[in-house]
Amino acid sequence: MVSQLPVLQVILPLMAAPLCLLLKRSTLVWLFCLIVSFLSLLISILLVQQVSTSGPIDYAFGGWDVPWGIGYRIDQLNVLLLIVITAMSSVVLIAAKESIAREIDPEKHVYFYILYLLSLSGMLGIVATGDAFNIFVFLEITSLSVYALIAMGRHRRALWASYQYLIMGTIGATFILIGIGMMYQMTGTLNITDLSVRLAELPQKRTILTAFVFIIVGVCLKLALFPLHLWLPNAYTYAPSIVSAFLAATATKVAIYLLIRFTYSVFGPSLSFAAIPLQTLFMALGLVGIFVASVTAIYQTNVKKLFAYSSIAHIGYMILGFSTGTVAGLTATLLHVFNHALMKSALFLALAAVMLRIGSVQLSSMQGLGRQMPWTMAAIVLAGLSLIGVPLTVGFVSKWYLLVAIIEQGNWVVAGLILMGSLLAVIYVWRIVEVAYFKEPATAQKGDVLEGAAGGSTEAPLSFLIPIWLLVGANIYFGIDTRFSTQLAQSAAQSLFGVSP
Amino acid sequence: MFIGLANTWVAILLMMIGLYIVIAQGNLIKKIIGLTLFQTSVFIFYISMAKVEGGTAPIFSSDISIYSNPLPHALILTAIVVGISTTALALSLIVRIKEAYGTIEEEEIQGLDEEQD
Amino acid sequence: MLLKDLFAVTMLLSIYGLLSATFFVAMDAVDVAFTEASVGAGISTLLLLVVISVTGRRERRVRHKPYAALFVVILTSMLLVFGTSDMPYFGSADAPIHNHVAPRYLNDSMQEINVPNIVTAVLASYRAFDTFGEVVVIFTAGIGVLALMSVSSKALSKSQPLNRPRGLYEQHLVIRIVAKTLFPFIFLFALYVQFHGDFGPGGGFQAGVIFAAAFILYAMLFGLDAATKVIKPAVIELLAALGVLLYGSVGIVTLLNGGNFFDYDYLLADPIAGQHLGILIIELGVGITVTCVMIMICFGFSLRRRAYEQKVAIRPKEGAV
Repeated sequence: MVSQLPVLQVILPLMAAPLCLLLKRSTLVWLFCLIVSFLSLLISILLVQQVSTSGPIDYAFGGWDVPWGIGYRIDQLNVLLLIVITAMSSVVLIAAKESIAREIDPEKHVYFYILYLLSLSGMLGIVATGDAFNIFVFLEITSLSVYALIAMGRHRRALWASYQYLIMGTIGATFILIGIGMMYQMTGTLNITDLSVRLAELPQKRTILTAFVFIIVGVCLKLALFPLHLWLPNAYTYAPSIVSAFLAATATKVAIYLLIRFTYSVFGPSLSFAAIPLQTLFMALGLVGIFVASVTAIYQTNVKKLFAYSSIAHIGYMILGFSTGTVAGLTATLLHVFNHALMKSALFLALAAVMLRIGSVQLSSMQGLGRQMPWTMAAIVLAGLSLIGVPLTVGFVSKWYLLVAIIEQGNWVVAGLILMGSLLAVIYVWRIVEVAYFKEPATAQKGDVLEGAAGGSTEAPLSFLIPIWLLVGANIYFGIDTRFSTQLAQSAAQSLFGVSP
Repeated sequence: MFIGLANTWVAILLMMIGLYIVIAQGNLIKKIIGLTLFQTSVFIFYISMAKVEGGTAPIFSSDISIYSNPLPHALILTAIVVGISTTALALSLIVRIKEAYGTIEEEEIQGLDEEQD
Repeated sequence: MLLKDLFAVTMLLSIYGLLSATFFVAMDAVDVAFTEASVGAGISTLLLLVVISVTGRRERRVRHKPYAALFVVILTSMLLVFGTSDMPYFGSADAPIHNHVAPRYLNDSMQEINVPNIVTAVLASYRAFDTFGEVVVIFTAGIGVLALMSVSSKALSKSQPLNRPRGLYEQHLVIRIVAKTLFPFIFLFALYVQFHGDFGPGGGFQAGVIFAAAFILYAMLFGLDAATKVIKPAVIELLAALGVLLYGSVGIVTLLNGGNFFDYDYLLADPIAGQHLGILIIELGVGITVTCVMIMICFGFSLRRRAYEQKVAIRPKEGAV
């Protein structure tokens, strides 16, 4: 059975999704999803072990050898993403039951869980596959389920946000399709390993270059890289809280994975970075993204939107590491993929708890919340510190690696700008702290839904506190003991450069 | 060169018409129609590359020796299904938007949202 | 597009779908043509028409921000023309795609799978996992539409039949009789397409669309209530899930028999017979799911529309955040 692990990783949640329809009862379906998600996590842990001991695993669907059939190839880069996605999905799901009960109509609960599992399996499929067209198919499974999940938000703006995301996402996916078509046209193959070999020896470069540009633009649309980020803030803000937490922790990470996979494994660094000034472009976009998004975040009055903009800024950090084109820079990017997932899932889950208790995530309605929900707010503060990059948190670790990678290249200006970007994070995190701890509780504010707030202590239930503090604990644990995460990121980065660890 | 690539370039022209409609039109339904146009034209682009001069449909027969390439056909079958799935979901979103906002014009929806801020 | 009438635009799109289907026939892609005709000129037109009947057929505004769009489009098209200028010419047999990977499908599939329609061999066996993904996409869309459009059962039970004529059949006896005699033939044709996919154009997806079209025709002629009595929406949902599970279970069985996922050789003692059985079952799974999802989507739209007309579906829950 061990040799079948790669396919089980994807097929387990995929087959579990339609089974949910047979179970019908909301609680039962939730329990089922939870079990499936944790089993997926178990599988990805086994895969990590297997890859680290015996190297990349190949799997051929239908017994057909690649490139004739579809093949999975699990290497150091894939397992990092697989474990991040399955772990985040499992932790977030713990809190889903109560959050959903509050935010979604009872008769739609089963649909919610089905779509959740489908988006999970879609992401796993994108990451695990070694076939370019298969990426497109699973990308669409994720996208369609995520559009529907976002549209399930209570506010009518959720519909509009979902529509905008649908348009942008479909254009992005179609661009990727065009790019894949051109690559196929020039090489006759769709398998990623085969593509990389055949692309490298091709004499004509024009079509390949165009294919590269189309794929990068398509991926960047999904990634919400700075000028193409417009769909993200509303989508994260108006989606149901659980969906926001899941998406913030995983969706953009998958896009980063695709970016790295296409530039390094398919086109190869020599073509990706030599033919067009991609590195300079990405460095500039990353920096501008950090500043514009951070400054915008400061002016937000909706805390979910604030953190959504902060996500865009952090995509900037990841892109900066990517743009160095060195092992150290890529390690920093991958480390940040891991660490950022921990921070943002903790923050958005805490916001889900706030939403559960006071029915709003407006900054103004969070006045004095530090006393009413001490554990939840403490979690927001700690995860916020991690977001800034304070020592002993994961945020510090990934920023440190990023700075080292940038300084290694002698780029002191960029390093200074990164530090300034962190200062902006201090401001927006402080705004929340100020409102929550240094303002009097808003007693019976007009227009706010303050049910249960009168009773003084309205701490979130344990089903929220456990996953939130699990994540906060991880933020601190991996900030002190960095062996697991850095080793994972480093071996992934080295494998892309063909260096044996 | 112009004859040899004519098919591709017509497909490109159609794609760009579709893309233009998606970006420039304010009516949500027209955007979806543009998106469909865009995607269908990409299908034309794919199918054009599968054609072999003098070939026939890839259905095996003992007296035929040249077939067109079956792989793009299989890919596009999948892509068409993906396309209609996206369209169906988008249209259901439009219906809900119409119910919630009372309009399906981009500008008016954004205006309503800004009013609320 | 200068047309302001969305109905006309939809009709044009439908014609475009039909034209591209004929183009696909000319390009030897008969399976794709079949699918595009049923989707582009069929289902998507139908869905658009239902939506237009809710939202109104007139567009209110003139278009705006054409310059930014023009800029993007011109940039993209320049890039595309630049990129394609290097490509192998149309129809040239020495292009890379005709010399790598594809030759095996053309030369060996008869020995390996023994299915004359090579496109079916590719999508159902060599790339069966892509097709599984496709079925899941369709299923996702169906569940997504349900999640967005389903009207709460409370609202539905309250809803009364509309005042206006309930179906065409009350006015048009001829249509009703003609349609009734047509149904058996449509079903027969759908079954033919379903099971003849190995030998000619066709397969689960196309058959599913035809099946669904028959049901939708029934609903149009005899009213939605009559149609939902024939098959309950809950049953359709379960069947849609069942189709996906049927497809996936073929993979599970091959796993248990010691092969890789979707390795049909392990289904039966004789590999070729195994391939045939595998393809038959997965095509059946595709057919079931597609039929049910298409019906699900159309019913979802129609029920929502009826509820919308009666103003019972929309609960004033918006604006709470």
